[in-house]
Amino acid sequence: MIRRLLLSDRGSQLFFGALLLLAIFVPLLNLGTAETSALHVPGYTVTLIGKYMTYALMAIAVDLIWGYCGILSLGHTAFFALGGYAMGMYLMRQIGTRGVYADPILPDFMVFLNWKELPWFWHGMDHFGVAMLMVVLAPGLLAYLFGWFAFRSRVTGVYLSIITQALTYALLLAFFRNEMGFGGNNGLTDFKELLGFDLQSQKTRIGLFLVTALILAISYALCRFIIASRLGRVIEAVRDAESRTRFIGYKVENVKLWLWTFSAILSGIAGALYVPQVGIINPGEFAPINSIEVVVWVAVGGRGTLYGAALGAFIVNYAKTYFTAALPEVWLYALGALFVGVTLFLPQGIVGLLSKLGSKRKAS
Amino acid sequence: MIGARLLGQRRRSAAPKLDLSHNIILYLEGISVSFDGFKALNDLNLYIEAGELRCIIGPNGAGKTTMMDVITGKTRPDTGSAWFGQTVDLLSMSEPEIAIAGIGRKFQKPTVFPNHTAFENLELAMAGDKSVWKVLFAKLNSAQIDKIDSVLKTIGLTEKRDTLAGGLSHGQKQWLEIGMLLMQSPELLLVDEPVAGMTPQETERTAELLVSLSGEHSVVVVEHDMEFVRSIARTVTVLHQGSVLAEGTMDQVQNDPKVIEVYLGD
Repeated sequence: MIRRLLLSDRGSQLFFGALLLLAIFVPLLNLGTAETSALHVPGYTVTLIGKYMTYALMAIAVDLIWGYCGILSLGHTAFFALGGYAMGMYLMRQIGTRGVYADPILPDFMVFLNWKELPWFWHGMDHFGVAMLMVVLAPGLLAYLFGWFAFRSRVTGVYLSIITQALTYALLLAFFRNEMGFGGNNGLTDFKELLGFDLQSQKTRIGLFLVTALILAISYALCRFIIASRLGRVIEAVRDAESRTRFIGYKVENVKLWLWTFSAILSGIAGALYVPQVGIINPGEFAPINSIEVVVWVAVGGRGTLYGAALGAFIVNYAKTYFTAALPEVWLYALGALFVGVTLFLPQGIVGLLSKLGSKRKAS
Repeated sequence: MIGARLLGQRRRSAAPKLDLSHNIILYLEGISVSFDGFKALNDLNLYIEAGELRCIIGPNGAGKTTMMDVITGKTRPDTGSAWFGQTVDLLSMSEPEIAIAGIGRKFQKPTVFPNHTAFENLELAMAGDKSVWKVLFAKLNSAQIDKIDSVLKTIGLTEKRDTLAGGLSHGQKQWLEIGMLLMQSPELLLVDEPVAGMTPQETERTAELLVSLSGEHSVVVVEHDMEFVRSIARTVTVLHQGSVLAEGTMDQVQNDPKVIEVYLGD
C-alpha cells in the first residue's frame, strides 16, 4: 500500500531514488575518501546540498498549497524563518559560558544590550523537546490565525498574495528591532553544539545532512498521501471550482485552513533544519523577495507535481550559487528572466517539458 | 483522530431532522433582495410541497437565479424568511451546511470539476461526512462504488467513467452535474436550466429523469424552454420583477392575462 502510494508515478520514483543516492554517496565520499582524492566531496558541498534539501522541503510546502489548492503565498518564508528562529534560540541557549561575555544564561546580544534577565519567551528553549515543539507551534499557530481570518472572509487570489507579503514584511521589521529580543539585525549565530554534538565537526554535519534527507522523504510521502486521498481531490476541486465545492457540502474554509497550516509547519521544519547547517538566522530570512524566490523555484520545476518543486529548488539554487560567485551582478536579472521565460514558454515547468518530450518520443 | 471522529458524530446527530409534518418542504416568505437599489426579489412568497415537481418560469431578470442563491445560502436577503421543512432556518446556515442538510443545486452554466474524472466528480459529490479528517482517510467501499457506477449508468456516462470532466461535451457536463445532484441524494433539488444546449433526445431523457425523481425528492426547475416545461410540469410558478405573478397548471398560467402581457404574449 505504502509502496503503491509512493512509487506510483515516475517522478516520485526518481525523487526517492535521487534522495537515496545522495544520502548514501555524499556521506560516503565525504568521510570515506582522502581529501586529495578525486572522488572526495568537500565539507562545504555537503552543507550546500543539505541546504538545498531544506529549500526543496520549503518548495514542496509551497507547491502543496499553490499547485494543488491554488493559494499563491508570497510570504511563506515567514514560517520558514519562524521555525529557524525557534531552532536558533535552542542553539543560542546551548552556547552557555562559551560566549564572548561568558554569561551562563544570557546570550551575548542580551548581555550587550545590558539586559539582566531572560525574556519570558526564551525560557524553556534550552530543552530540545520544547524548542522542537516551538518549531512546529510558532509557524503553525501564526498560519492558523492568519488563515482563519483570511479564508473565513473569503480573501482569495491576488489579494491574499498581497496580504501574505505584508505578513512577512511586518515580521521582518519586527525582528529587526533589538527590543523584540531576537538579536535584532544580527540575528542569532555563533552556535556551538546541537544535542551535545559539535556543530563544527564533519560527522555532525553528515548527521544533519542525513536527518534532513530523511525528513524531506517523510514530508514528501505525507504530501503524496494527502494528494492521493479523497481530501486531495477535494483540494484540487477547491482550486478549480471553489464555489461548486461549497455547494456539494464541503467547508472550503476548513479545507484551506488545514492545508495552509500543514504547509506552514513543513516550512517551519525546513527552517529549523536550515539554521544549524548554515550557522545563522537573521531577519533577512523574512525578506519578501525570499518568498517570491520560492515561488519561482516551484514554477521553474513544475507546479502541482511535488517532485517538480523539489527539482526546481535544486536547479534554481544551484544556478544562484554559481551565478552569485561567477557573475554576481547578473543573478537578479537571470532570476527575473527565468521567471518570465518559464511563465511564457513552460507553463508546466521543467517537469512538464520533460514529460511532453517523453510522450512525443513514445508516440514517434 | 478520535477527537475528530467524535466531533463528526456529534455534528451529524445535531443536524436537525427534516420535519415535513405539514407536507411543505420549502417556505419562502416575504423575501426581498436588492442590489444597488435594483430589487431582484420583491416580497417573494413561495411554498414547495414535499415530493412536488415545480417549474419556475419568468422573463430575464425576474429573479429566478437570485431566488436559488437565497435558498442555497449564496445571497442573504434583506428581509424575509426561508425555512426548509418546519425546523431548518436556511438564513442562518452557510452553503455547505445547506448542502449537507439536503438541498442540492445544479447551476445554469454546467460547473463540474474539469481535472477530475467523471467517476471522481461523483465521488466528491457523494453524501456523507465531509469534514477534513473524515475525507482524508475516506475509502470507497464496494457499495459506494456500485452506487457511483449505477448513477453513471443513469446519466449515460458509463463509457466516460475515467475521462476527465473537462473533456466532456456540453450536454455530458450537464448530465454529469445532474449525476452529482443524485449522489448528494438531497431532499430538494434545485435545477437551473437543465436542458440548455441539449439535443432534443437529451432533453427528452432529462425530462424523464426529473419526472422520475419527483415523488421521492422535491424538484424545482427553472427553465426557459416552454416545450420542456410543458412536458414535465404539474404546477408552474411565473416570476416577474422579483415576485410571484401567477401560479397554477400550465394551461391556467398560459391563459392568465397578466402572464400573457408580460411573458407569453410576444
